[in-house]
Amino acid sequence: MATVKLKNIKKTYPNGAVAVRGVDMAIEDGEFVVFVGPSGCGKSTMLRMVAGLENITDGEIEIDDRVINKVSPADRDVAMVFQNYALYPHMTVRGNMAYGLKNRGLPKAEINQKVTDAAKMLRIHDYLDRQPNQLSGGQRQRVAMGRAIVRDPKVFLFDEPLSNLDAKLRVQMRIEIKRLQRRMGVTSIYVTHDQTEAMTLADRLAVINDGRIEQMGAPIELYNNPATLFVASFIGAPQINLIPVQFDGKNLNSGDLQFSGFKDLPENTDLILGIRPDVLEPNNDGQLEMQVDLVEQHGAENLVYGALNGASTTDGYNTEICFKTDQNTQPAIDSVLKLHFDQNHAMVFNKETGERLI
Amino acid sequence: MSNINWRIILNHTILLIGVIFMSLPVWVAFSTSTHSAETILREGLQFWPGTNFIGTYREVLFEQGGVMKSVLGITMLKNSMILGIGFAIGKVIVSMLAAYAIVYFRFRLATPLFWIIFLTLLLPLEVRIIPSYEVVAGLGLLDTNFGLIVPLIASATGTFYFRQFFKSIPEELLEAARLDGATPWRFFVDILIPLSKTMIAAILIIMFVVGWNQYLWPLIMTTKEENYTLVIGIKQIYQILSEGGELPQYQKAFALTILATLPPVLVVLFFQNWFVKGLVESEK
Amino acid sequence: MKRVQFEHSTIPYLFIAPQIIIIAIFFLWPAAQAVHQSFLLEDAFGLSSQFVWFKNYFDTIGDASWRQAAWFTTVFSVLVTFLSLGIALLLAVKANEVIRGARTYRTTLMWAYAIAPPVAGLMGNLMFHPLIGDLYKFLNAIGWDFNHKLDSFDAGFVVVLIAVWKQVSVNFIFFLSGLQGISKAVNEAAMMDCKSPTRRFWTITFPLLAPTTFFLMVINITYAFFETFGIIDTTTGGAPGGSTNTLVYKVFQDGFRGADLGGSSAQSVVLMLIVLALTVIQFRFIERKVHY
Repeated sequence: MATVKLKNIKKTYPNGAVAVRGVDMAIEDGEFVVFVGPSGCGKSTMLRMVAGLENITDGEIEIDDRVINKVSPADRDVAMVFQNYALYPHMTVRGNMAYGLKNRGLPKAEINQKVTDAAKMLRIHDYLDRQPNQLSGGQRQRVAMGRAIVRDPKVFLFDEPLSNLDAKLRVQMRIEIKRLQRRMGVTSIYVTHDQTEAMTLADRLAVINDGRIEQMGAPIELYNNPATLFVASFIGAPQINLIPVQFDGKNLNSGDLQFSGFKDLPENTDLILGIRPDVLEPNNDGQLEMQVDLVEQHGAENLVYGALNGASTTDGYNTEICFKTDQNTQPAIDSVLKLHFDQNHAMVFNKETGERLI
Repeated sequence: MSNINWRIILNHTILLIGVIFMSLPVWVAFSTSTHSAETILREGLQFWPGTNFIGTYREVLFEQGGVMKSVLGITMLKNSMILGIGFAIGKVIVSMLAAYAIVYFRFRLATPLFWIIFLTLLLPLEVRIIPSYEVVAGLGLLDTNFGLIVPLIASATGTFYFRQFFKSIPEELLEAARLDGATPWRFFVDILIPLSKTMIAAILIIMFVVGWNQYLWPLIMTTKEENYTLVIGIKQIYQILSEGGELPQYQKAFALTILATLPPVLVVLFFQNWFVKGLVESEK
Repeated sequence: MKRVQFEHSTIPYLFIAPQIIIIAIFFLWPAAQAVHQSFLLEDAFGLSSQFVWFKNYFDTIGDASWRQAAWFTTVFSVLVTFLSLGIALLLAVKANEVIRGARTYRTTLMWAYAIAPPVAGLMGNLMFHPLIGDLYKFLNAIGWDFNHKLDSFDAGFVVVLIAVWKQVSVNFIFFLSGLQGISKAVNEAAMMDCKSPTRRFWTITFPLLAPTTFFLMVINITYAFFETFGIIDTTTGGAPGGSTNTLVYKVFQDGFRGADLGGSSAQSVVLMLIVLALTVIQFRFIERKVHY
C-alpha cells in the first residue's frame, strides 16, 4: 500500500525529443489512476519512469515518500503488466510467476503458496505447467497479471494491457482488473489510449497531451466539465460536436446560424461551441438543422449522423453532427431534422488556446 | 550512477579488444605490404604503412612474373570475379526455380526430390572431392569456367533459403493470383520475383563471397596458371615462400592477401544490411 | 509446404530440373563412385582393381594415422566451436548493450566474415613466420619455446587460433541478431524481476538464445570439419608428422598426394556417415528441446 508522487518530472531523449514536460501528480494509497491520451503524448514514458525503465531527466518520483529516481527497477517494489504480456517464453506459467520471487530469495514453500493463490484467483491454476505458447491471448494476459500479483507490490503498473485482446475479452478483463484492484487495494497506474477503458477503470483520470497533464480528476467530472477543448474532444464517445463560432456581443454566430443566450465572451475571437451528442434532441424549435445520412443502431440507443446545415466551415472542423437517441427514434435517411440543445449544457472554448470559456 | 559508468567503460573495453583482435592482423598485413622486402626481412612486420604501396601493388597486379611465373595478378582478379559472380547468379537462378517447384506445386516426386536436395546439404564437396574431380575430368571440363562453377552449385543451400522465404509469403497471395487467372509462370515472374528482390540481393551477396572464397575445388580443377583465382594464388605464393630463395618477397604475399580480401569485404560492408538479413534468414 | 498449390503435371519438373540434373551429375554420381571405390583395391598403376569388400574400411579405421586425425578433428572441432562461440557471444552481448557506437562495432566485428579461410591461413602463417613473424618472436620472448613447424602442440595452437579468428564474425552476426530478436518487453520484465544483470543473462537471455546457439554449434562443427581445409593447407599442411591432419585433409592427402583411391574413398564414406550421424543427433535430440 503506497502513495506515489511525481514532482515536476521531465523526460528528454538523447536525440532531443521531449516526451514529458514537467508533470506533478500525487496518487493516493489504493487509488486507481489512469493516464489517457493519444499515442506519443508521453503517457507510457511517464509510466516507464515510475517503473524505472526510463531515466528521469529532471524532477523526482517518490513512492511512499522515498525518492526512487536512482533505485533499480527490481528494487522499487512495483510490478508491471506489459502490452504484449512479455512472458518469458522458455518458462512455464509457474516459472514465469515465480521468477521474480526466486530472485528475491524467498523460500520455496512460500513461493509455491503465493503462485498457487494467485493462480486460483485468476483461474489459471490448470495451466501452471504449460508454456506461454500453449496459451490463448486471454490466458497469457492472466499470467501476466499473475506475475504482477504474486510479487505483492506497492504499486501496479499497467501499460495498455488489454490492447492485444479481442473486443469481448477486453471488456471481460477490464471488469476483472477493476475487481482485482478493488479487492487487493493496491495503488495502480494504468496507461491506455482507449477512453472507454479509461472512463470505466479510473478512480481518477489524467488526460495527457504533448507531455503535460491537460486535466486530472474523476472520470465523470472530466466528462461533464472538461477544462480544455482537448479534454472535451478526447473524452466521450461518440465525440463531442464542435462548431466554429464567433461572438458579436449578443449571439454566437456560425455562417447562417445564430445561438442566443450567451454572454461574457470575447468578441472578434475564433471560438468553438461544443455540444455533446446526448445533449441534442430532435425538436421543431431547435437551433440546429441537420440532414441525416446515417443511423447506427446500437441496440438500446441509436446514433444519428448527418450534415449540419448553415454552419460556417473552418479548417479542421467539418460540419458533421451526431446525436444520441433511443432505439425507437429512427429518422429517415436524407430527412431534415431540427435539433435543440439547452445552452446550460453547451460549452464554449477559445479556438486558439483551447481554454474553456463557458 | 558511477557503477553504471564503470559498466559502460568495461563494455567498450571488451568491444575494443574484440575489434583489435579481428582487425589488427589485416591492418598489419596491409601495412607490411607497403614496405620493401629488405625492410620486412630486417625489421619484421610493420604497423605503419610504408612508401612502397604503388610499387608493390603495380608489380603484383600488372607485371609478368610479379607473383606467378606467367599469370598477372589482374588476371587472377578477373578469374575470381568470374567465379564469384558466376557462382552467385547460377546459384540464385537454379535454387529459386527449384524452391518454387517445391513450395508451390503438388507433384508426385516432390518428396523424394526434396530429400535428394536436402542430402546435398549434409555432404559438402570436400568429402567427395576425389570422385567429383574424376567425374569433371571425365567430362573434359577441367580448366573451364563451367566445370569450375556448376559442380559448386550442386549443394542446395540457396534452395533452402528460398524455400524458407517462399513459405513465409502469405497463402492468400497465390489464391488472389489464381482468382486473377495467373498461370504458374506469370505468378513466378509477376509476383514472386518482385517480392523476392531483397532476398535475391542478399543471396547474391552471400553467394558471391562464398564463390570468391572457394579454395579446394578450384585448386584441383585448375591446372593452368592462367585460370588461377586470387585465392589459389595464395596457395602458390605460400609454396614459393616456403621454398625460400635469395630474398623472399613477403610484401607481395601480403599484397596478395589484401587483394584477395578486399572485394568480398567491400561487398559485405557496402551491402551490410541485406547481407546480414539474408544470412540470418537461413537460421529459420 | 503450402496449403494452396498449383497442380500441374509437367511444369514443376521443368522448374526443378536444373537443380536435380546438377545434383545427379556432380553429387549423386561422385558420391556413388566414392562408395563403389571404397570397396575396390587398385594396383599400383591403377590398371586393374579388385573387389575387396570392407577391407579398405578396416584398414582405414585400423590405421593409427587415421585415428590420430579423428582424434585431432574431435579436439579441434570442440575447441574451435566453443572458443569462437564464446568470444562471439561475449562481443555480441556487449555490442547489443552499448548505445554509442553500436553500429560501428557491428561493422568492424563482422567484416572478417568475407575473408577466405586460406587467406586467413596465409596471414596467420606470416604472423607466425620464424623470420618475420612478430607473434613467433613474441611467444619465444615470453619464454614459450614456440615452434609450430616442429612441435605438434604449437602447430595445433596456431591452427585453432586462426580457425577461431576466422569464425568469430559469423557467430557474432547470428548472436547479435538473436539478441536483437529477444523482445524488448521481455528484457524489461526481467529487469523488474531481477536486479543482477549477470543473473538476468543466464536465466533469461541465454536460454532465449538457445535456438541460435544450437544452430551455430552445427554450423561451427561443419566449419571445423570441412571449411578449415584452407587454413590447414596454408599453415601447417598437416605437419608436423600429420598431427594437424583433420579427417577431410587426410582424405585429400591420401587421395591426391598418396593416390590411394580405395582408402581415400573409404575415408570419405566414413566421413559422410559421421556427418549424417551428427545431423541425426541434431534433429532428434536437440531441435526438439530448444524451440518455443
